[in-house]
Amino acid sequence: MTDAREPGGPEAEELEEPQSGFTTPTTPALMEYGRRWWQGVKAGELGAMPIIVGLIVIVVTFSILDDKFLTERNFTNLLLQMTAIATMAIGIVFVLLIAEIDLSVAYVSALGGVVMTLLLRPEDPGWPWWLAILVALAITTAIGFVHGVVITKAGVPSFVVTLAGFLIWSGVVLILTTQYSTAGTIRIQDKTVVGIANDFLSEVQGWILALAVVVGYALSQVRTAVTRRARGLDAKPTVLIALQIGGLAIVTAAAVWFANKDRGVPKVTLILLVFLVAWSFVATRLRFGRHVYAIGGNPEAARRAGINVDRVRIMVFMISGFMAGVGGIMLASRLRSVATNTGGGNLLLLVIAAAVIGGTSLFGGVGRVVSALLGALVITSITNGMDLLGLASGTKFVITGLVLLAAVLVDAYAKRRRAARGGV
Amino acid sequence: MANTPILSCRDVSKAFGAVQALDHVDFEVLAGEVMALVGDNGAGKSTLIKGIAGIYPFDHGEVLVDGGTVHIHGPRDAAKLGIEIVYQDLALADNLDVVGNMFLGRERTRSGIVLDEERMERAARETLTELSVTTLQSVRQTVSGLSGGQRQSVAVAKAVMWNSRIVILDEPTAALGVAQTRQVLNLVRRLAERGLGVVIISHNLHDVFEVADRITVLRLGQRVAQLERAETTQQEVVHAITAGTLERVPGMDETDAEAVEG
Repeated sequence: MTDAREPGGPEAEELEEPQSGFTTPTTPALMEYGRRWWQGVKAGELGAMPIIVGLIVIVVTFSILDDKFLTERNFTNLLLQMTAIATMAIGIVFVLLIAEIDLSVAYVSALGGVVMTLLLRPEDPGWPWWLAILVALAITTAIGFVHGVVITKAGVPSFVVTLAGFLIWSGVVLILTTQYSTAGTIRIQDKTVVGIANDFLSEVQGWILALAVVVGYALSQVRTAVTRRARGLDAKPTVLIALQIGGLAIVTAAAVWFANKDRGVPKVTLILLVFLVAWSFVATRLRFGRHVYAIGGNPEAARRAGINVDRVRIMVFMISGFMAGVGGIMLASRLRSVATNTGGGNLLLLVIAAAVIGGTSLFGGVGRVVSALLGALVITSITNGMDLLGLASGTKFVITGLVLLAAVLVDAYAKRRRAARGGV
Repeated sequence: MANTPILSCRDVSKAFGAVQALDHVDFEVLAGEVMALVGDNGAGKSTLIKGIAGIYPFDHGEVLVDGGTVHIHGPRDAAKLGIEIVYQDLALADNLDVVGNMFLGRERTRSGIVLDEERMERAARETLTELSVTTLQSVRQTVSGLSGGQRQSVAVAKAVMWNSRIVILDEPTAALGVAQTRQVLNLVRRLAERGLGVVIISHNLHDVFEVADRITVLRLGQRVAQLERAETTQQEVVHAITAGTLERVPGMDETDAEAVEG
């Protein structure tokens, strides 16, 4: 991989000033930034805009329709409900980025939960919680590996392979749960594991978390801006950075304050945040992430650039398997048990919908890890709001389906705009 | 100009089944010159450059860089020798920005882990500035928003950024309008002025006569002419493309006969 040749040639160090053509490295005014952003939106680079608009619409609608929606109790409930979906959707974001799909996530997550639960049964074999979790995650990651290998080496579309996985792993879950329990439900008795999705941070811990989030974001933003300016590149306007940090601080503080009025910030939210930051880092700051995007944009270009496309694809399916396992453990922990129907219902639909509604393109190459969080927030808010209103299951399915359809239409529209603008 | 060609192919042949795509072809390009490679469809132009790129091996003959025989087994080997090829479809990822594309597969990192965006961005800007590619608004815009000429410029800049010495361009002006064709041809000239050996494949003789120093004509897998641009005319080149004298009649060669019988 090491390439002795350096870009730019011997003159590279001498050119202090870019001579022409580019915006000068002075800070462009806030207005200029806003104008460029709006141009991007018009050209189909919508980013998080539709989702934030959608979220506002949802919150306003449901708080008008039901006065229990915007209460602190319901807010913490919402945080608990969305976490597993958001966690699994992170894996799906990676899969969608390389323009593939993983239909097996729901049952792979169930298998993760079941394996962990079986290993935890007192005295049989009664493994420590960390070992049970580790083994469960190793298994779901290995399943992702197998899916990836079949998809890349046999050249079978991921749609078919993971559909087969959907059946296979649902079968395995059924076999395991019926074999080890007569009632079809296996309870989790380990305190730590039950605590994952049922414990809350103390008030002080909640505030420390909020502070860590804001300071961490501020540091990374400021550091980037400072390095860029030091190297003579144009950076975000200071005003904009300040506004973004301020905005994040307000939202985070409001969320923690609101949650603290009830039981506090759920522990599981902290776990989700850690995964969000870590995978965002992988997607945007590492070579691997760059290659994931490149494969989604143009696999042939990636191949010719010397990227081992198959290896990246397999690793993406492993990420999907791993995150499915994490989500499955969270779900099992929240219900304090696994059962024959674990992983069933509309879990798969909700997870994929979360990634897509969050703004990850089904066409590959476009999307961000954080869209898993935003999408999960939207989809759980809708489910939660409809539950409060006591709507019938049929109605709920129809509405959820319509929201997903709307998100896909926005995606298709944005893609057309991008294509219309692009060259030829 | 140096007398030893920076790149040359001696007596190379390539057959696909019974089809003799290249039949004992000689080809060369000097440092600092633009060599045009012309010929009708099926003349063997693509086969020749794919062989040089190492996408498949030649059946016969050798490739020399700076007069020394080299063995190219894939694009990576070609890149190591300083040979870069800009294919017609450009191989750009639309969703990545200009910098991301120029460094694709060869990203610079800080301490081997984190992408060094600032360093890559500077290097990309410097290369584009050196090539006088001035029409880009920003190197941070995604390639999807670029015009055909800009995309071609990015693809070329990507190829020369790695101190490459030989750049092969496959139909760089095929899909472009008048103004953008001019942009790209100017860029091609500048590459030669920088001392690179440039090979340009084109169907457009007007472009060829504007930019090339010499012209190699292929017909039915054989080299039928190698002409100095200054000493020839478009008519002469057209004649060579369509009716140039073949040394061997395809299908009558002994090796061909054997291939058919076998």
